[in-house]
Amino acid sequence: MNLKNELRGYVKPVAESVLAILIGAFIGALVLWFSGYSPGSAYYWLIKGSLGSTDGIAETLSKSAPLILTAITFAIGARTGLFNIGAEGTVYFGAIAAIIVTQYLQNPLAGILAGLFIGALWALPAAVLKVYRGVHEVISTIMFNWIAFFLVSWLAVSVYYNPKDPNSTLPIPPGARLPLLVKGTSLSWAFIIAILSAVVVFVVMWHTKLGYELRTSGQNPRAAEYGGINPKRSAIWSFVIGGMTAGLAGAGIVMGTPPSYAITQGLANVYGYGFDGIGVSLVGRNHPLGIIFSGILFGALSAGATAMQQHAHVPLEMIKVIEGIIIIAVAVPGLLDLFARLFRRGEA
Amino acid sequence: MNEAMVISLLLGSLAAMVPIALTSIGAVISERAGVVNIGYEGILMFSAFFGAMFAELAGNGWVGILGGAFIGLLFGVLHGILTVYLKGDHVIPGIGLNLLGYGAVAFGIRAYWGTAGQHQVPSNAQISPLWMDAFGNSLSPMVPITIAVAIIAWWVLFKTPFGLRIRAVGENPEAADALGINVELYRFTAVLIASALAGVAGAYLSVDWLGTVTKQIAAGRGFIALANMVFSGWNPIIALGGAFLFGFFDNFAIYIQNNPWLAGTIPWQFIATLPYVVTLIVVAGIIGKARPPKWDGRPYKRE
Repeated sequence: MNLKNELRGYVKPVAESVLAILIGAFIGALVLWFSGYSPGSAYYWLIKGSLGSTDGIAETLSKSAPLILTAITFAIGARTGLFNIGAEGTVYFGAIAAIIVTQYLQNPLAGILAGLFIGALWALPAAVLKVYRGVHEVISTIMFNWIAFFLVSWLAVSVYYNPKDPNSTLPIPPGARLPLLVKGTSLSWAFIIAILSAVVVFVVMWHTKLGYELRTSGQNPRAAEYGGINPKRSAIWSFVIGGMTAGLAGAGIVMGTPPSYAITQGLANVYGYGFDGIGVSLVGRNHPLGIIFSGILFGALSAGATAMQQHAHVPLEMIKVIEGIIIIAVAVPGLLDLFARLFRRGEA
Repeated sequence: MNEAMVISLLLGSLAAMVPIALTSIGAVISERAGVVNIGYEGILMFSAFFGAMFAELAGNGWVGILGGAFIGLLFGVLHGILTVYLKGDHVIPGIGLNLLGYGAVAFGIRAYWGTAGQHQVPSNAQISPLWMDAFGNSLSPMVPITIAVAIIAWWVLFKTPFGLRIRAVGENPEAADALGINVELYRFTAVLIASALAGVAGAYLSVDWLGTVTKQIAAGRGFIALANMVFSGWNPIIALGGAFLFGFFDNFAIYIQNNPWLAGTIPWQFIATLPYVVTLIVVAGIIGKARPPKWDGRPYKRE
C-alpha cells in the first residue's frame, strides 16, 4: 500500500521530465528544419554516436560522471532551500587541486581526497556569507565562480603549466590516474565514483538524521526551527557536501580522462560542467537517483554531438539549444496539467 | 602612465561600461518590482546575434540596436509569463535561457553566416562613433545615451507615480493590491523594460563596441550586471558608476597583461577578480548594507 503511494509520487515528476525532454527534442527539430538541416539525420547520428557502439556508450558514461556530481551539488542545495550555483567554480578548484597534490603524492586516492577537501573548503565562504550575513547564495556563488575562474587560470598558466606543452597544465602522473573500465575508451573509475556518490548522498539525505534535518530546513524552515533543527548548521552542511561532490567532479575529469590528464588552455575541458549540472539536476527532479538517469541522458547528448556534427554536418552547439529548451520547459509550473488541459480543449 | 594612456583607459572604461550599465539598470527596475531574472547573459547573446543580423539586412547599426531591444522584449514576455502569470520559479528559466543563448548563438553563426565561432559585422552595419582620435580611441553615441537612461530610470523609479507603483509591487504587493494596483501588470511591465534594455546592451556589443559576433560574446557580462545591481543597492545612478568601475577593472587587467613590467609583479588575473571581490564585500555589508526589495523573487498570489 505504502509502496504504491510512493510509486505514484514518482510517476508525475518523471512524466513531467519526459515531457520536457520531448518538448526540447521537438523544438530542436523545428530549429534544425528552419535552419535547413535534416532533423531525422541529426537525431539518427546523435543516438548512433552516443549509444550505437561500445565506444559511444563509454563516451556517454564518461561524460555523465562530472555532470552527475555537479547536479548533486545543485540538488542538495535545492532540497535544503538554497540555490547553490557554485559548482562551476568548485570544479576548476577540484581539478587543479588533484593536479597539484598528485605531483607530490602519486596516488589516485590522494587526488580524490584533494578534490573533496578543496571542494568543501571553497564552498565555505559562500555558506558563511549566507548564514551570518544573509548574502543571497545566487549572487555569492556567481561571484565565487568568477573568482575561481581567474585564480585557477593563474595557477594553470603561471604556476602548474606544462613546460613541454604550452596548451595545458602538468598532467596527472601515471601512477595517480584512475584506471579505465574499458580499455581504449575514455570510461574510467570516475564514473563509478560518480554513481557511488549519488547513492551515498541518497542514503545520507533520506536515511540519516542529518539528511532529515537538511530536507526539513528546505521544506519548511520555520517548522524545522520549532523542531529543534538549527537552520544555520543545515545550510553550512548543504554547501559543504555540495562542494565536495563538485570538487570530486573536477578531480575526476583530470584524473580519469585520457589522453591529456590535465587542464587544457582557457580551462576548456573543465568549463561548463557546473552550469550543465543545474539542468541535469532539474531534469532529474533534484533527486540523486533521478540525476543518475538525467546525467546519462545529458552525457549521451554531449557524446553524440560529435557524430552528429561529423555525419549530419549539424553544429554540435545544437545540443545546448536542446538542453536550454528542456530546462525552460521544466521551469513551466504544472507543465503536465497545462498540456493535459490543452489536449482536452483540443478534443472538445 | 602618460596622458595618452589615461585617455585610452578612460575611453575603454566608458565603452565597457555601456552593456553592464544598461543591463544592470534593467535588472534594478525588474527587481524593484520583485522579479528576479538571471537570464540576462542569454538575452545579451541572442540580441548580439539578431542585432547584427538586422543591422546587416538594413545596412544600419541603429536598426540593429532596435532589433536587439525587440529580441530582448520577446524573452521578457517569456520570462514574464512564466514568473508573473504562471507564478513559476524565477531562477530556473534564466538558467535555461543562458544555456540556450550560448548554444543558439554558436549554432546560429554557423548556420546563418557559415563561419565557425565568429562573424565580422561590416562597417555599414555598425554605429559610427561620435568622436575619434588618430590612435583609434573613440567615443560611441551609446555612452551619452546610457548616462541618460540611468538618469531617466532613477527619476522614473523615485520621482513618478509609475515608479512608486513599481517599487510598491516589489516591496509589499499585498498592500499595493489592496490599493487597487494591478500587481501582475506592473511586474510584467518591469520585466519587459529590463529585457529590452538588456537587448539594447547585447546589440551594442555586436554592432557598436566589438563590431563582431562571437560565440562567447556576452563573456559573463550578464552575470557581472547582476553583481553590479547588488553593488548599486538597486539604484540606477549608482549602477552607472558601478558599471564604470567594472569597465575600468576590465581595461586595467588588459593593460597589465600588455605591460611587461607590471605583468611580472601582479598577475592580471588578480586584478580581474577585483570587481567580484568588491561586490562580495559590499553585499556582505562590510562597506554598506545592501538590501533587496522584500518580495524580490517571490511569486505573488492573491489570497
